[in-house]
Amino acid sequence: MSDEKREAWQIGKSHRKVDAMERMRGVTRYTDDIKLPGMLHGKIKRSPHPHARIVSIDVSKAMAMDGVFAVVTGADMPTPYGIIPWTPDETALCVEKALYVGDGVAAVAAIDEDTAIDALGAIEIEYEVLQPLFDPEESLAQSRDNPINPYARTGNLSKKVLLEFGDVEAALAKADLVVEGEYFFEGTTHAAIEPHCAVAHVEPNGLLTVWSATQVSHYLHRELAKVLEMPANRIRVIQPPLGGAFGGKSEPFDLEFCVAKLAQITGRPVKILYTREEVFYSHRGRHPMKMKYRTGFTADGKITGVDANTVLDGGAYSSFGLVTTYYSGQLLCAPYEFGAYRFLSRRAYTNKPACGPKRGHGSVQPRFSLEVQLDKAAVQLGLDPIELRRRNDMGAGAKTVNEFQIGSNGFLECLAKVEAASDWKTRRGSLPYGRGLGVAGSTYISGTNYPIYPNDMPQAAVQVCLDRSGRARVFSGANDIGQGSNTMLAVIVSEELGIPLDDIRVLSADTDLCPVDLGAYSSRITLMVGNACLQAAGKLRKKVCEAVAKRWEVSPKRVVLAQGMAIDGDDPERNVPSAQAFVWAEEDHGLLGEVGSYNTPKDRHGDYRGGTIGASPAYSFTAHVAEVDVDEETGVVDVKTIWVAHDCGRALSRRIVEGQMEGSAYMGFAEAIMEQHIVDPGHNGVHPGPSLLDYRIPTFVDTPELHSLIVEAHEAQGPYGAKEAGEGPLHPSIPAIANAIYDAVGVRMDTLPFSPPKVLAALEARRAAEAAGELAPHKGAARRTA
Amino acid sequence: MVNGEVVQLAVQPHRTLLEMLRYQLDLIGSKQGCDKGDCGACTVQIDGVPRLSCITLALHAEGREITTVEGLGAAHGGCHPLQDAFDRWDAAQCGFCTPGILMSAEALLRKVGGEVTRTQVREALAGNLCRCTGYTKIIDAVVDASRPQAAETDDTSATEEAAQ
Repeated sequence: MSDEKREAWQIGKSHRKVDAMERMRGVTRYTDDIKLPGMLHGKIKRSPHPHARIVSIDVSKAMAMDGVFAVVTGADMPTPYGIIPWTPDETALCVEKALYVGDGVAAVAAIDEDTAIDALGAIEIEYEVLQPLFDPEESLAQSRDNPINPYARTGNLSKKVLLEFGDVEAALAKADLVVEGEYFFEGTTHAAIEPHCAVAHVEPNGLLTVWSATQVSHYLHRELAKVLEMPANRIRVIQPPLGGAFGGKSEPFDLEFCVAKLAQITGRPVKILYTREEVFYSHRGRHPMKMKYRTGFTADGKITGVDANTVLDGGAYSSFGLVTTYYSGQLLCAPYEFGAYRFLSRRAYTNKPACGPKRGHGSVQPRFSLEVQLDKAAVQLGLDPIELRRRNDMGAGAKTVNEFQIGSNGFLECLAKVEAASDWKTRRGSLPYGRGLGVAGSTYISGTNYPIYPNDMPQAAVQVCLDRSGRARVFSGANDIGQGSNTMLAVIVSEELGIPLDDIRVLSADTDLCPVDLGAYSSRITLMVGNACLQAAGKLRKKVCEAVAKRWEVSPKRVVLAQGMAIDGDDPERNVPSAQAFVWAEEDHGLLGEVGSYNTPKDRHGDYRGGTIGASPAYSFTAHVAEVDVDEETGVVDVKTIWVAHDCGRALSRRIVEGQMEGSAYMGFAEAIMEQHIVDPGHNGVHPGPSLLDYRIPTFVDTPELHSLIVEAHEAQGPYGAKEAGEGPLHPSIPAIANAIYDAVGVRMDTLPFSPPKVLAALEARRAAEAAGELAPHKGAARRTA
Repeated sequence: MVNGEVVQLAVQPHRTLLEMLRYQLDLIGSKQGCDKGDCGACTVQIDGVPRLSCITLALHAEGREITTVEGLGAAHGGCHPLQDAFDRWDAAQCGFCTPGILMSAEALLRKVGGEVTRTQVREALAGNLCRCTGYTKIIDAVVDASRPQAAETDDTSATEEAAQ
């Protein structure tokens, strides 16, 4: 949305990030690197039971220990909160009941970590153990009288959404082919390498500062005010540099409330650092989903209708669950035309760590189902799976069946790129048994049209100041969680003001210093904060250009700001350093500072209840081709290569975009092959391996070759045409791998992860069917192994 | 010796090397990701060999030479070629695993003494988990830094082609 056509001098290039070198030198202070004078260490005592009423808590022995300064329990902070204002169903520490193994019950502050751990052992808690429920459908079948969550409104049903667009039954009835499938997506967790950590400090006048490894400092600010029952203007939240998040730090956690309360009580700074085990308990990861799909097709591969029925296993608390339940249906309606669509999604409470948003919130699971359905249809109709997807492409400017307005759309180009890069046409038909190629596509939002709490204020705001030394300061509430959003802002300011990135200082995510931003979630920052920043920087550019033009007695349109200079576009020999240009502008205008803000268009969504949820100003598009090698003897799936083509509108900083695409594809691959976040019902709901050894995430050796192919379909809503790149490219990894496994060995993997026992069982079933004459040998080829 | 300087301090016998570095010496570059030897974020070099400082007792370091990421660039004007390559390739996203990865990678480059292959990088760094990058840009950066001509420029087009 730049106001005139100028040649970009920064946009679209690759950049050194503004904050990377200090991270690599080991001098960046993450939250756990903060050390304050007199700081105490906190620890949280956690429930050993998956479901238990708290009869009594005796903290006297712990309080009497040397070095223990304070102990708090749920009674000290009883106000229920929730990241979604309509579902406040958790408390900082359990008040009445503990709802899963690992639920926080009490917290201590002590002189050091060892003493705090000892003090936890001295807290005496009497529990009345209750029957736990681990299966979501069993949970939903219970009477509403005794819900797992004491704040639940409709028994163990956390949320139900039923939406129908068009006549689905008629659409399926007229179809030439109806593919029916049942799918199960096992839950997974974020596993950022930095564990959650928070530090609180109270000034003598009562001002509270909380440093936290959060990706939503504004929402944390609001919830702290609510739970601590103090005005927000007495609280400052700072997000220090963050060691990864992926959605796992996108709502308040018990440690943030506990450090604040313990600091208030003791008058000393308090830090809590989660152990890796606690990170697994805090979870809020991807929901396990059980999905039934019916998809109708015409003989030439056009989708006539989609019917989806989904049960979401929510765990003990709502988290973002209201939104997740909507997203499980609402985000599926592009890039393919659906004809008619109906989805029923029900989220259940269970006695497990709460599920929430993980990269690709709510839509990675249904995308897996849909894309495998398409692959099954392609096989049955004798169509190339890429061709079938092309035939269903909705194109740019389309309106989805659920009434979302699509803007730019580079999906066909994404398909073409992965088709060419993988040499699909030549290789797919000629790969031997055991080797296969699979394709999948997807779409994702560039932020949500409506904020979590309803208000008409801007969703993003940025302040930019220039000084006479030729530098710029950018104040932004946005959370850089490692994705590079601070660099994105610097690139925009550099582009507009002509100064190099080194001369731009970005200060972000400090509620005292920065304008409000809603945080790093739903892939909103590039589009929303980018637009706000472009607006502020554009106003300053105008002032600077005018000031220079006045001195040169030329039209401001002739003044170009680039390469650290103001340049006369018609006579490049005439130029001055940026600092001189800023001095002239300051002489004319006074102190140089401008604000920019962004609010979403309100005409791009459906006019029905829930029609705003999942609507976005702009949608990204992705296609993957995965190549796998399946070992018939061991069932091991070796993913060799994933080609990732992603339409990000415009790559503002090219290598950062590639990094998002590669990181996304990696994370999807991990979920497909290795990861499962589960509790063991046979062992009282205990997590079977809350460590980075037992919860296996891919190493350098496991990860396939990843090839990122950027597609740029200019988006009118985005800054310089940009859309999201951080979450969309995760989605197709999983179904592309499932479809590649089918191509390799002829078995359908409808249940995640695609672990060796499941693959072997599927291969055995296939062999039995072949032996019985029900199926021809896959690829008609002799087996590699006897 | 820590990063080339003689350090004398009293340490409790159960303290880990990571705790000593972070809490007693304020060398915060080495990170705690799991505290049990699973993630590699705490990797330092003991007598030039990568070791997990979170499962190494501090007393084990007595009389040995410890190098942390803070000391990596000392012989290179403050910025090791690996750090420069990581910066150019955007190989650090959140950067939390990066110090440990740099310490493992530096040992690899010293051991090979020339250009390394992508497979060598994957194998040498298999004990360091990264959750952001999908590893691709890290491999690009390490291979780049191992080349004798590892330039001081921002032109990485040649290495990009080589990576394809």
